[in-house]
Amino acid sequence: MVKRSLIVLMWLFAHLVQAELLIEVTQGKQSAIPVAVVPFSWNGSSALPEDISAIVTNDLASSGYFRTLGTASMITQPHQLNDVIYADWSRLKQDFVVIGTVELQADGYAVQFHVMDVHQQVEILRHRVKGKASQLRDLAHYISDFIFKKLTGVPGVFSTKLIYVTTNRERSRFNLNYADADGAREQLIYSSKHPIISPAWSPDAKKVAYVSFENGRSEIFFQELATGKRERVVAFDGSNSAPAFSPDGTRLAFVLSKLGNPDVYVMDLASRKIERMTNHYAIDTEPQWDVDGRHIFFTSSRAGGPQVYKLDTANKQVERVTFEGSYNARARITADGRKLVYVHKANDRFHIASQDVKSGLVHILTSETELDESPSVAPNGSMVIYAASEADRSILAAVSVDGDVKFRLPSKYGDVREPAWSPIFQ
Amino acid sequence: MQTTALYKTLGLAFGAMLISACASKGDVNEGAGSTVAPTATEQQAEETNAVENAGVNGEAMEAEANEAQAALREQTVFYFDFDQSTLKSEGKAALMAHAAFLAANPAASVVLEGHADERGTVEYNLALGERRSMTVRRFLMANGANGSQLKVVSFGEERPVMMGHDEGSYSKNRRVEVKYQSR
Repeated sequence: MVKRSLIVLMWLFAHLVQAELLIEVTQGKQSAIPVAVVPFSWNGSSALPEDISAIVTNDLASSGYFRTLGTASMITQPHQLNDVIYADWSRLKQDFVVIGTVELQADGYAVQFHVMDVHQQVEILRHRVKGKASQLRDLAHYISDFIFKKLTGVPGVFSTKLIYVTTNRERSRFNLNYADADGAREQLIYSSKHPIISPAWSPDAKKVAYVSFENGRSEIFFQELATGKRERVVAFDGSNSAPAFSPDGTRLAFVLSKLGNPDVYVMDLASRKIERMTNHYAIDTEPQWDVDGRHIFFTSSRAGGPQVYKLDTANKQVERVTFEGSYNARARITADGRKLVYVHKANDRFHIASQDVKSGLVHILTSETELDESPSVAPNGSMVIYAASEADRSILAAVSVDGDVKFRLPSKYGDVREPAWSPIFQ
Repeated sequence: MQTTALYKTLGLAFGAMLISACASKGDVNEGAGSTVAPTATEQQAEETNAVENAGVNGEAMEAEANEAQAALREQTVFYFDFDQSTLKSEGKAALMAHAAFLAANPAASVVLEGHADERGTVEYNLALGERRSMTVRRFLMANGANGSQLKVVSFGEERPVMMGHDEGSYSKNRRVEVKYQSR
């Protein structure tokens, strides 16, 4: 009996630390495209468990690339192509209109949708997608991705996932969570009373690596998402941390510190053989693979304060990459290899900065948030999610790589930290 | 490498000071007896009883010194400046007392737990916490502790003692905690 109430208490506790993120757009693009998503028709007798067209509207609006029209402003709400009166949408200054139908069929839900160009008065996209009741949100994000790609030319990331850590104020409970990129459908995948840091996705999005202190010091674990199976992978004497999968998933860069000297190592995951990549008395940490799978960006204090360096794994040559300011750390690279994103200290404040790899030009992306850290780039290179401090709490916020679009994912409980944006699921 | 050498030198220098401090205390005790004695001799003819009292006095001071050492060892948390892992002078006397205790008790062992404040990145702070632990470890070793008695671990910014977002909290969070596993 006592045991059972303990388990119930622990369950309750774990859930209290759950974050329940809610997306909130704080800044959109000046050039946001006006689009009207008309509520989709539905042939069922009771309400749909998820409002698909509302989710699509939220997705497009939260991307910052679109300005969506409220349903109350719509003159008509057509569901069929023939019912679309272009003049009405033109009067409402819309560039595009999305209409659709949801039907319950023998094998699940079927959604058909169309996108119309108001100025050209033509249908530019027609598509059908099917899924089970539990996949209604997935269907909606799939539709958003499709529309986003068609209208911006960039792949959408609405179907991607986030992994992040939540903690209570007393730091006595650490939860690793898995949620949709918009913060919905949060699931607890690992819970511990010891710190969890540095979650990282495998490129196939099937597992995550992270650092857990459950054995009294930092060690690297892998966890398969589908099964929850955990494996302790890197646990040498000393401190093991900062895991990063190579782009092809065959190697893991990490930091091993034997007696206080952190250096970057690479493990071949098939043979589990390790190779030391840096050998310097300064701090070398936060490795991140370049898109070529040959170079590794890392943070080093070899010039005094932390700066970002680039290592050639073939000959172990090291080259300094950041020069502006006294603190530049934890670099992440966009999927096209063109922008480096990192934590930058300016005027005693920590912000997220992007650096053009070719020109070296630095652009500070954030200003409203404080103590920005842990940047992670969306797989389409459009947005950076990061942890920041707000009103005594740690929250997640996001900014576009060009600095134009900003949104926050405030949580109801606890501190939210260390976000990692998933690859695009194939 | 240079910093290591510097710490070793500093540690040895302070160790030497501690030894000379202890030695001079002893001198003063015995000396007090011998300086008082002649004065007494001059004033009160052939009386020499004061010398025996000084001997008893000396033993009492040793106990006090032990108490002082134990009192110093009550300080188990040592603080650092932002992005720094150099030891501040105010903690050194206490750390030397810990080192002396560890040297005298080879079975005793400690975990040196390094921490950072929340500013900056998580992994860099983990490394910084470890650096701070290592500074303390080197200082303890330079002052007589054995490496096998000293375990180093860093929690980075994950285990703050103060939850505020100001220097008042930060300065308390940038620390190394000396935790005895056995005495």
